[in-house]
Amino acid sequence: MGINRRRTVILNHMFFIGPAFLFFLAIVLIPFLLGTVYSFTTWNGISTTITWVGFDNFVKVLTNDSQFLQSFIFTTKFTIAAVVITNLIGFLFALALTSKIRSRNLLRTAFFLPNVIGGLILGFIWQFIFIRGFPVIGELTSIPFFNLPWLGDASTAFWGLVIVFTWQISGYIMVVYIAALQSIDYSLVEAARIDGASKLQILYHITLPLVVPAFTVCTFLTLSWAFKIFDLNLALTNGGPYDSSQSIALNIYLEAFQFNRYGLGTAKAVVFFIIVATISLAQVYLMKRKEVQH
Amino acid sequence: MEQRYSWKTLTLESFMILLACVFFFPFYFVIVNSFKTLSAIMLGAGALPEVYMLTNFTEAWSAIAFPRVLLNSVIINLFSVIGLVIIGSMASWRLARYPGKLSTFLLILFVSAMIIPFQSIMIPLVQFTQWLGLIDSLHGLIVMYFGFGSAFTIFLFHGFIKTVPIEVEEAATMDGCSDIRLFWSIVLPLLRPMVATAIILNSLWIWNDFLLPLLVLQDKELRTIPLAVYSFFSLYSKQWGLAMATLLMSIAPILVLFLLLQKHIIRGVASGSVKG
Repeated sequence: MGINRRRTVILNHMFFIGPAFLFFLAIVLIPFLLGTVYSFTTWNGISTTITWVGFDNFVKVLTNDSQFLQSFIFTTKFTIAAVVITNLIGFLFALALTSKIRSRNLLRTAFFLPNVIGGLILGFIWQFIFIRGFPVIGELTSIPFFNLPWLGDASTAFWGLVIVFTWQISGYIMVVYIAALQSIDYSLVEAARIDGASKLQILYHITLPLVVPAFTVCTFLTLSWAFKIFDLNLALTNGGPYDSSQSIALNIYLEAFQFNRYGLGTAKAVVFFIIVATISLAQVYLMKRKEVQH
Repeated sequence: MEQRYSWKTLTLESFMILLACVFFFPFYFVIVNSFKTLSAIMLGAGALPEVYMLTNFTEAWSAIAFPRVLLNSVIINLFSVIGLVIIGSMASWRLARYPGKLSTFLLILFVSAMIIPFQSIMIPLVQFTQWLGLIDSLHGLIVMYFGFGSAFTIFLFHGFIKTVPIEVEEAATMDGCSDIRLFWSIVLPLLRPMVATAIILNSLWIWNDFLLPLLVLQDKELRTIPLAVYSFFSLYSKQWGLAMATLLMSIAPILVLFLLLQKHIIRGVASGSVKG
């Protein structure tokens, strides 16, 4: 029995785990490792001679590439604005839609809806809204906001991206917060009310601490989505005007597939990975410490 | 909450409905302008069309070869998602039921790889998958989705399986049930709620995915909906009427599906809200 049984267990392991692992290995792990190797070379994607250059690419990317630096600054600013605004709006929507209002189910569907459309198509839709729609509203209402040169200069391109990102993501974030709010034990709120706590006190001392896990999840989600923004960026501004709104992801794409500098592109990709991994881990670690223990 | 429907609630309700209307105004613009000529749009993009023209739609239909690209998107989505659910649930069941050093190592490997951004893999991916012969074919793209989706799908199922009691499985094994039959006829049916979540979350991602198909599909015949929209805009970006009809057509399938399945989709998002 012993050896035969062991063999069956191992064969079964391979049968069940093997397929997923092989696809994962071929599509994610090997390319990731290859990319790390290429980042130390001058490979251009075609030539068969690959020259080893050590850390040259990294030095170039970090010290001598003003566009990469600009993309990094743009992406960081965008991420900060996007994380704060989407979480604030998502949470306020969630609070409103867990109150007594009657149309809450309908509204939940309505606010979530933009999320099922991909960033590329949303970008094209909003390009039209900014270029043709906003001026029309501006004429009718004469609110200065709508008469700005939307997408025409660096700051309107930046805020244009933030607006569309918020429109796309807030509904998703709202759904996560609604789930968290609904799981709060109502007797806690009731007890506080009987003890004479005001609504704001209940929100601050009971509701907020209990939804910290949801804050962790939502901040993590919005942070990584915003930092990796690509589709929406490409469709709405295409990095313009004058490359002022070029995200890191778009910068890496152009480096590799427009300029064919694969070595440099993979070095940027490695730097990008290190940044994403660091902020993800740091953020989860910091937020975990603040969670309420049950 | 015990308070009755007061004027405060009414104010909040009206305000939220107003906000929902603001949220929807982009759709209004797309819809009304898709029925107009270019000159009518230039005169006033906000007004309702004087005459409802369908020519934009018929032109857009053939300009992006809509039936073809819709079929491609459906094929890719269907096979990728079914495959992911099968290989993902199989692997995570085994990993959860045979804890040990190897299982822990594999699980940590899968989960930590979820942090890797697509842009960090895409350059060598194109070269390596070309060598594997996966470039420029629908089945090749489907295989790539198996690879990219497996970590997240395993992550979803693994958390769920740990909450399913093991006793039924033990009893079946005692009765001489093989592992394969045990999985198909007993375990998989128990996983149904998570199967739904995995289908929904993977579909939303794959249906809208743009960069991966852009990099690995060159043949025009193989284009998905986002690719067709992208190439349309690089040709006729300022023909707004035609463009709006194209956009409306390309979001129609997912919108209809969403409205039909909204309860399940929103529940799926709430229960699987972890995708990075």
